[in-house]
Amino acid sequence: MKSQRFYKVWMSPALFLAPALLLIAVFFFIPVLASFLMSFTDFDIYSLADSSNARFVGLENYKNLLSDPLFWKAMRNTLYFVFVGVPLSLLVSLGTALLLNSKLIRFMSLFRLAYFLPVVTTLVAVAVVWRYIYHPSFGLVNYLLGLLGMSTVDWLGNPKWAMLALIIMAVWKNFGYNMIIFIAGLQNIPPELYESARIDGAGKWQELIHITIPMLMPTTVFVSIITIIGYFQLFAEPYVMTQGGPMNATLSIVLLMYQEGFRWWRMGYSAALAFVLFLILFMATLVQLRLQKHYSGV
Amino acid sequence: MRRLNSGNLLAKLVLTGVLTLMSISCSQSGGEKTITLDFWAFGAEGDKVREFVTEFEAENPGVHVIAQNIPWTAAHEKLLTAYAGNSLPDICQLGNTWIPEFVVLNALEDLDQRLDSSINISPDSYFSGIWETNRIEENLYGIPWYVDTRVLFYRRDLLAKIGWERPPETWDEMLEISRLLIKGGHSKYGIILPLNEWSVPIVLGIQQGSEILREQASFGAFSGAEFLRGLEIYDQFFQEGLAPKGMTEVNNVYQGFQEAIFAMYISGPWNIGEMTRRLPAEMQDDWDTAPLPALRAEEYPGLSLAGGSSLVIFRSSKHKDIAWDWIEYLSRPDVQSEFYRQTGDLPGRLESWTSMALSGKRPTAAFFRQLESVKKTPQVPEWEQIAMKMQQYLEYVVFGQWTAKEAMDLLDKDVNKILEKRRWLLSRDK
Amino acid sequence: MNVNKILIHILAVAIALITLIPFVWMVSASFMPQGGANQFPPRFIPESFSLEHYLRLFKSMNIARNFLNSLILSVSITGLSLLVNSMAGFAFAKFHFPGKESLFKLLLAAMIIPAQVTMLPLFLMMNQMGLINSYLGVIIPGMASIFGIFLIRQYINSLPDSLIEAARLDGATDFQIYWRIVLPLAKPILVTLGLFTFMGTWNDFMWPLIIMTRENMYTLPVAMANLSGEHAQDTELMMAGAVLTVLPVIVVFMALQKFYIEGIMLGSVKE
Repeated sequence: MKSQRFYKVWMSPALFLAPALLLIAVFFFIPVLASFLMSFTDFDIYSLADSSNARFVGLENYKNLLSDPLFWKAMRNTLYFVFVGVPLSLLVSLGTALLLNSKLIRFMSLFRLAYFLPVVTTLVAVAVVWRYIYHPSFGLVNYLLGLLGMSTVDWLGNPKWAMLALIIMAVWKNFGYNMIIFIAGLQNIPPELYESARIDGAGKWQELIHITIPMLMPTTVFVSIITIIGYFQLFAEPYVMTQGGPMNATLSIVLLMYQEGFRWWRMGYSAALAFVLFLILFMATLVQLRLQKHYSGV
Repeated sequence: MRRLNSGNLLAKLVLTGVLTLMSISCSQSGGEKTITLDFWAFGAEGDKVREFVTEFEAENPGVHVIAQNIPWTAAHEKLLTAYAGNSLPDICQLGNTWIPEFVVLNALEDLDQRLDSSINISPDSYFSGIWETNRIEENLYGIPWYVDTRVLFYRRDLLAKIGWERPPETWDEMLEISRLLIKGGHSKYGIILPLNEWSVPIVLGIQQGSEILREQASFGAFSGAEFLRGLEIYDQFFQEGLAPKGMTEVNNVYQGFQEAIFAMYISGPWNIGEMTRRLPAEMQDDWDTAPLPALRAEEYPGLSLAGGSSLVIFRSSKHKDIAWDWIEYLSRPDVQSEFYRQTGDLPGRLESWTSMALSGKRPTAAFFRQLESVKKTPQVPEWEQIAMKMQQYLEYVVFGQWTAKEAMDLLDKDVNKILEKRRWLLSRDK
Repeated sequence: MNVNKILIHILAVAIALITLIPFVWMVSASFMPQGGANQFPPRFIPESFSLEHYLRLFKSMNIARNFLNSLILSVSITGLSLLVNSMAGFAFAKFHFPGKESLFKLLLAAMIIPAQVTMLPLFLMMNQMGLINSYLGVIIPGMASIFGIFLIRQYINSLPDSLIEAARLDGATDFQIYWRIVLPLAKPILVTLGLFTFMGTWNDFMWPLIIMTRENMYTLPVAMANLSGEHAQDTELMMAGAVLTVLPVIVVFMALQKFYIEGIMLGSVKE
């Protein structure tokens, strides 16, 4: 029976797939395409009032973007956030993972819970709390600095420190997530490796350098790429804590995109920004695939 | 082992979701008897205006006013988003510098006819400089709700300590007072000029006689010699350390004012209320307000900006008549007076100024005097964006990254880019 | 040896203090009377205990409505997305049809497109559909998730085919197989994914910020951001708002910790 065979092969999976695929096509792929087309127009607030006010401008938005000091400022800020924040975050994650994986530790699950708590909490709420923690005169951070005899800092008000303040908060908020992945990675290292190293008389430090870190390499690559991708999308922290200031020191790519798009409704320009972001993430992913192949090949 | 049926669990979850959705959409469509008027207001006004809703609703049975409060920092984007999303309220408070933008969008109802037939509202009961900001070309789009302009708030007691019994009348005097205050250890800084406010440099620019935008407002005029002269004075406060650069250093300005972190503050009328509320009672005689300084003593008081908020009706509203009634209600002299008592926002209506004797006594007298010499900002839809841009470049100047000239050249380049569309539209529509 | 053990525990406690102190301060400041949190040195124990900020949030700021909005959105998206994603995950795992692999790869490749790319056109689309300021405007785009499909497919893949074959021989339809056999077996992954979705929706900020322009439709994070723009000077009030925002996710997480942590590991399994 031909029709029944057709039904078996196509209809059934199609019915199961239809809701998800339809939703993804309509509410994801179409907007992506529309956004791409929009990035070649000067669609803006005037066009919102009357669409004949929109012009096709070719690559103009991209050109303007590349010559806009604000874009480069946002790019530098975002890169700073990513390339200082991610290594710092990974170091803390790895450190705490080693700590919790230690045979000496007791109440491990309690500590794990404590370290993980910031991860699940609402970013906006946490950002509001940290705004006060960074308060120049009443904040906890400056209080501690004072106790240590150091001079206090206007964390969010000084362009030199504001981004670092956001980084510290982001590390505090996120390190628990990668810590969990690292713990899993550590537990997957065969114990025989350590045993044979111990027979060879290796110390703790040498074990770390010669066994733990190399064996964790695939995990580290994976974790660093997802963290980089996440950190590139910095938005809520500056939106709530600094509005991108002072002196645009915390203006991120996504915040700039939001401001251009939803504050000024320069939608063509904003769409071009979105695609630049996409391009960067795309390249980051390519690097991941390359590295993963490399390490799984070893 | 008992096998849990997660299919059932899932079904229950989905069902709950669908049911809640249905119940909510039902509750929204139910009870269509009353007319609901959506009203947006910003900042403290949004909180306070709720108290007036009850009286209005009592006078207009069947009308229900929903007053929504939006923070000033998000007001502009929320409004534009609502415009783009066809979800504007019926009536709204609109900063009068934003009116041109919404006129271009064709979003505002022309109020001329309603004004003609109104007994309560007429232009001569308003400050003319403020009324004018609501007029674009020939048409009227808003009724001033409360008025706003920048004046000087200062600590009388601290100035007295250095022998100044009156407020500064020129910017030079202001610089001098700041120096003396710091030198005498009476305050940490002379003045606070928050970097997230663009009004002071604009004021200095127009006092120098500078245009802000030129050629039918289609190019920036920030890099012109006049504007730069104004900016120099502004920058001097920072370079001499007379004003703090860090913005969060005085996160709470009231506390900073009270604790003599600074002695002068250029700000708007809402701070009359805040100062009265937040400063301790025994300090209430120690502060006062004064009109802005001028370049030369004979020009005192110096020009300030025509600000304030108007009430506008959106064309998309289905209840324009009721919306107008709400405007009429809020514009009644007695309501205006009461609103002033509640918020400290200066009434738009002159009757309220006289009936409450605001024009003659401190701290409002300074505003009354200032409101007679105000100028409006350029009436182009891009203004808010341009002002924000200027604010950004200001910081670069203050922190010494660029000279005033360099920064303003770059600013004009940006501004001209922003105005490119406007130039294109102007030339096309010619 | 004992010294090491003590040192390690001191370190562990110190880190725990760093992660927990902001929360402790948040809770304690939320109960302080007005102005109590703006003191130097910072206090951890309120001078006097005050509920005024919570009362103000509920009475004059209508935070209960924001709470309800967050709850409605999180629950309905969780339920609906589990259904939609598990159906697709099942199809990808246990059906054979031409083009399956390339379709799946296409979806995986699309995962690297950041959501921000879609937001402007999506907003205009939602506007055309009249879904601005509606629950559906958040729910519909949140229902299907490629990550969810992937996670479920991985799990169902590992279930033995023989179970399905046996049921099919007994005359079960595909839907019965999905509903009666696959879903019960996939319960752990459904709980995990449900937890992820619930928390992700609860904590989500950017899209609700864009699409909800009416105060009575704000979710808690949007209401919080709004509040912090408006009442930044009222530290204690902000902290009370933060406590209310954070509390539900912490409770849910505490209850289902195990599933969440397992989920992270599953998500990190490399293809």
